[in-house]
Amino acid sequence: MTTRTLTCIGCPLGCTLHVSLEDGRVVSVTGNTCKKGDDYARKECVHPARTVTGTVRISGGRLPVCSVKTAQEVPKEKIFEVAAAFARLEAVAPVSIGDVLLHDVAGTGADVIATRNVAQKTA
Amino acid sequence: METYDIVIVGGGPAGLAAAIAAKRAGTERLLILERDSELGGILNQCIHNGFGLHTFGEELTGPEYAERYIRQVRELEIPCLLNTMVLDISPDRVLTVAGRDGGLRQIAARAVILAMGCRERPRGALNIPGYRPAGIYSAGTAQRLVNMEGYMPGREVVILGSGDIGLIMARRMSLEGAHVKLVAEVLPYSGGLKRNISQCLDDFGIPLKLSHTVVDIDGRERLRGVTLAEVDENRRPIPGTEEYIPCDTLLLSVGLLPENELSASAGVALDSVTGGPVVTESLLTSVPGVFACGNVLHVHDLVDYVSEEAARAGENAADYVRQGEQPEEANVRLAGKKGVRYTVPQLLDVRHMPEQLTVRFRVGQPYRDVTLCVWFNETCFRRIRKRVMAPGEMEQFLLRRADLPDDLHTITFTVEEDAK
Repeated sequence: MTTRTLTCIGCPLGCTLHVSLEDGRVVSVTGNTCKKGDDYARKECVHPARTVTGTVRISGGRLPVCSVKTAQEVPKEKIFEVAAAFARLEAVAPVSIGDVLLHDVAGTGADVIATRNVAQKTA
Repeated sequence: METYDIVIVGGGPAGLAAAIAAKRAGTERLLILERDSELGGILNQCIHNGFGLHTFGEELTGPEYAERYIRQVRELEIPCLLNTMVLDISPDRVLTVAGRDGGLRQIAARAVILAMGCRERPRGALNIPGYRPAGIYSAGTAQRLVNMEGYMPGREVVILGSGDIGLIMARRMSLEGAHVKLVAEVLPYSGGLKRNISQCLDDFGIPLKLSHTVVDIDGRERLRGVTLAEVDENRRPIPGTEEYIPCDTLLLSVGLLPENELSASAGVALDSVTGGPVVTESLLTSVPGVFACGNVLHVHDLVDYVSEEAARAGENAADYVRQGEQPEEANVRLAGKKGVRYTVPQLLDVRHMPEQLTVRFRVGQPYRDVTLCVWFNETCFRRIRKRVMAPGEMEQFLLRRADLPDDLHTITFTVEEDAK
């Protein structure tokens, strides 16, 4: 049996959550005021996931970089691998919001999509 | 002189939402003036997600949120002048503008909507001693460099101030390979959102040092390090607690200031607490025909509230243009006392108000288990139990016209702490 202490991010109250885990499964959550805290603790302790945002280089664009995000949340431990994949990626202008720039980043199953429009540089 | 019904100063989230609402309310001749080369304002550099949960029910990044409004501006064919700086607004609403394309000229407006946003409090406002080497940036400047211009400001980073931009940049610099050593906060609590403390600091193992500040800066050409010290309850450094932290970059995230030089040139009365204009329920300033919304009015935490407030400014400006100046008598004063720092609006004309009006305000310190009281004149109208209130979380109260007494002259908001 292990225990973890988290701060709930569901609202400004910021309840301190005490989570008991056994064999990687949540046994109990205490300290929460509402269901949000319970849900958050269960997800955060078993499958913590984040949407990763960043930039990729772009050639021939009005800006040198284009902002991107993972289309879905990816496992938290993959954040740095995803960031490294962003750093290796280079897109070509023009790029539009929603364009898929890479499929299945770092084996997460999530695509990398552009979050802004970058027009071609005019001479 | 070119004349427009409504000129909107600023093409960020406030200006865009105001313009869209004014056009939908029937105003024909609109113009958005924007000093940058694109619309969207600060959202363009806020590439993290979490925007739009209230407005769209989904988590968007800043540029995606902006694009939804920019698209509407285009569909409604609202003209915009980019790369155009407003230099002056006169009290009779003549704007002096300068731009590479149009040169220097004057534009007359029947109504003006101020939507210039805010800027960051700079190092000069903090009185940190030491040299002025390269490597010291406001967090927002670093954000623009990294997210839009493709430059890394440095590798070994200390962040002073735990405002949300500083927290967001702690994560961003970490993901780009920098070593963020710590975030120092002079107050005993962070003004940032819980979610950002958790996902921007805890996720990356970055320590948050509360009640700490930077007391010295080392380095002549380039920053070499900062001296950190713990502070007492009066925010004074405690001798003997100094610690030298080697670093090449210091980011400052120490507050935002509404940008009201133009408002002042127009003769708009400013509120000394918000730093923004004093407004009525219509978001009308003290100058006839001049409205204000967004971060130029008061600094918001959520862009969703900016968009909503700005849409009201746009509708009210459209009414003003259609009906001409109405004899408005905003004779009810709204104020915050005992823990409540300010309210927006500050003035109310009961006959002119809608059925329901959202009043926004902030408290000056964190509170737990207190009562928020709303007073009509000297009578407590409503007592609301609050589990938690924090300076970083804007509060709101829905005022109903039907509840207001006839002899109303003052509405006051206070925080009452329980007797121990």
